Amino acid sequence: MLQDATVLFQIAGIGIIVAMIHSILKQMGKEEIAQVVTLTGFIIVLFIVLYRLADLFQQIKSVFLYQG
Amino acid sequence: MDIIQIVSLGLVAALLIILLKEQKASVAFLLLLFTVIIIFLSILDQVRHIFTLLSYMAEQAQVEPVYFKTILKIIGIAYIAEFGAQLIRDAGLGSLASKVELAGKLFILMLAIPIVTAVIETILNFIPGQLG
Repeated sequence: MLQDATVLFQIAGIGIIVAMIHSILKQMGKEEIAQVVTLTGFIIVLFIVLYRLADLFQQIKSVFLYQG
Repeated sequence: MDIIQIVSLGLVAALLIILLKEQKASVAFLLLLFTVIIIFLSILDQVRHIFTLLSYMAEQAQVEPVYFKTILKIIGIAYIAEFGAQLIRDAGLGSLASKVELAGKLFILMLAIPIVTAVIETILNFIPGQLG
């Protein structure tokens, strides 16, 4: 359970850091780099979450005898 | 995994989501999705025990295994459809959520049709005369 909580905090950390970097880069005037950084941060978090989602659906299939 | 851990995890996640909402709504939604997944994964074992117990009782009562399997499938479909629809509605897209629910209802109906036909046939057999 603990390692789930750490992953939770990692995701929140990534979100906050990406938001900060985005605003810093915006002040520096580098708009497009800011967009790229935001996109990569979002994709990293997406991968983390989708991995767990696939695991959840796999377990649901096994529990509910759901071969359909 | 007792209830205290689940509730505390939910509260911490809610705080983080609210914190992230104004800067990065997308990451906040992903965080919400992640928390929902963790909480359900943690209780899935108990659900598994309950269902094994239920299927054991169904065998004792000589219930058709087909019927019990269909019931389990319907519960599974209902849960997944509600899981998705609720999350989509939280993201603020009500119309999309209702479409997901509609799809879930349709799949459940598809599964229920053989059972309904079986019930109707047994009822018709009770009625003597030309209907039977």
